[in-house]
Amino acid sequence: MITRLEDKELKRQSRRQLLKLAPIAALGVFAFPKVSERLVKAGVGFSDWASGSLFRGQHLAQTFSNSEVVPFSQFPYNGYDVLDPEVDLEKWTLTVEGDVQHPGEYKLEQIQALAKIDQNTRHVCVEGWDVIGAFGGARISDFMVLVGANTGARFLEVECADDYYESIDMASALHPQSLLCYEMYGQPLDRKHGAPLRLQMPTKLGYKQAKYLDTVRVTNVLKPDKTGYWEDQGYSWFGGL
Amino acid sequence: MANEDGVDKNDEQKNADTSPQPEVAAATSPSGESAPAKLEEVAANPEPAVDKSAAVAAEPGPIPADEPELVRAAYEHPLAIRITHWVNAISLFVMVTSGLRIFRAFPTFGPKIPEKVLLDIPKSLTLGGWLGGALQWHFTFMWLFAGSGVVYFVFQAFSGHYRTMLFTLRDVPGVWPMARHYFFFGPKPPAKGQYNPLQKLAYTSTIGFGVLSLLTGIVLYKPAQFSWLAFVFGGYHLTRLWHFAAMCGFLAFIPGHLIMVLLHGWGNFYSMLSGWKREPEYQE
Repeated sequence: MITRLEDKELKRQSRRQLLKLAPIAALGVFAFPKVSERLVKAGVGFSDWASGSLFRGQHLAQTFSNSEVVPFSQFPYNGYDVLDPEVDLEKWTLTVEGDVQHPGEYKLEQIQALAKIDQNTRHVCVEGWDVIGAFGGARISDFMVLVGANTGARFLEVECADDYYESIDMASALHPQSLLCYEMYGQPLDRKHGAPLRLQMPTKLGYKQAKYLDTVRVTNVLKPDKTGYWEDQGYSWFGGL
Repeated sequence: MANEDGVDKNDEQKNADTSPQPEVAAATSPSGESAPAKLEEVAANPEPAVDKSAAVAAEPGPIPADEPELVRAAYEHPLAIRITHWVNAISLFVMVTSGLRIFRAFPTFGPKIPEKVLLDIPKSLTLGGWLGGALQWHFTFMWLFAGSGVVYFVFQAFSGHYRTMLFTLRDVPGVWPMARHYFFFGPKPPAKGQYNPLQKLAYTSTIGFGVLSLLTGIVLYKPAQFSWLAFVFGGYHLTRLWHFAAMCGFLAFIPGHLIMVLLHGWGNFYSMLSGWKREPEYQE
């Protein structure tokens, strides 16, 4: 709508309206690397909080038919350091610690004795690629019952034979599709995919799904600088899908 | 407003029929706070006002020499539009540059094995330094981007302001003449409203790109929680392509937008800061 007004008045109005935008200049702090580094970490923290709030413990990730699964040869091997940490599969046991009634060493047979779940689910990498694979294993939630874990605790920490380490929220750990995985494509997990046991969680990004599991710990407290190998370098801790 | 009325009444006799401009300014001022300025004006300069009213009463024809010249102007961009425009401009810059860095981690839409590099984005065009850093920027500014989008959408819908910019079927016939003018030196169609049909098309498209990038972004961020939305876009894998396409839409819009702003000069640019456009081309 056209208005007629004095030049002086137009300039005055324009100035006042311009000044109202001043708060946007606050975004200029992002131009300072030392400040922005903290702010974007806080941003990821906020996103993680929102992700945790959004997470539905019983909502299932999509599953696929056998014909939709990529051939085994096209399921990527991914590791942060060595692909085969040369685990002695004969002597391997899983150490269980923390807020559990029955801490100690657990053999693979004990885990395999739990109800076996087979699921074809999508494996999503933080890099952007995704593959549909076939996985088999025991529910983490069943294992938690076996070891008498306090599932009211907040976190599950894992340590791996290749010195990788991870921590996940209890709600995601107890999700019905979250597995202690010992099989892929109907075969025992091969060494490069994390033999003998890995985490497999279609509600988490790949880097959360630690391989070559060594130790599982139920805890309420995470060391602030040791929440996960990649997380400590800046990846989102929740890493949920 | 009470204050304003008081001023009007006190000065009614002196000001009557002489200088309607302060009232016009007050009526259209988005802040509605021009009363103090009027007070000052009147207080500082009571004599000419009296002279003027006398002159007009005696001789309505000629305009007195000291009558201040009036400027045609329009308050084109409400505060909500200006704020969301600039917050969106900043967040879009961050989302695109960090997004390109994220794309570098897997620069294709094909399978992981075998992976073929589709586009090698130069690092210098990206933000974040590495994948993790870029994700931090992306996951921070996505809230600003979404927030400003929601505020913009709600404001446009409820204020009715969208009528100035929304591309509708009625604008279709005007697109080609405008495109001919811009790209093929055709005659310039007369300006009818704040925006010409081509502008409306461009601005309305960006809303589409924004909605698409937001919805596909939600799927990429939470494909399991929003599995129904992933389904709408043809699955997770394809959604990544749509997300990229939305960015391409923005990248197609932005250079044209910036060039037009440059061509139309400072006053046009300044209007997105101050809201006011001096001497607009259109009449109504």
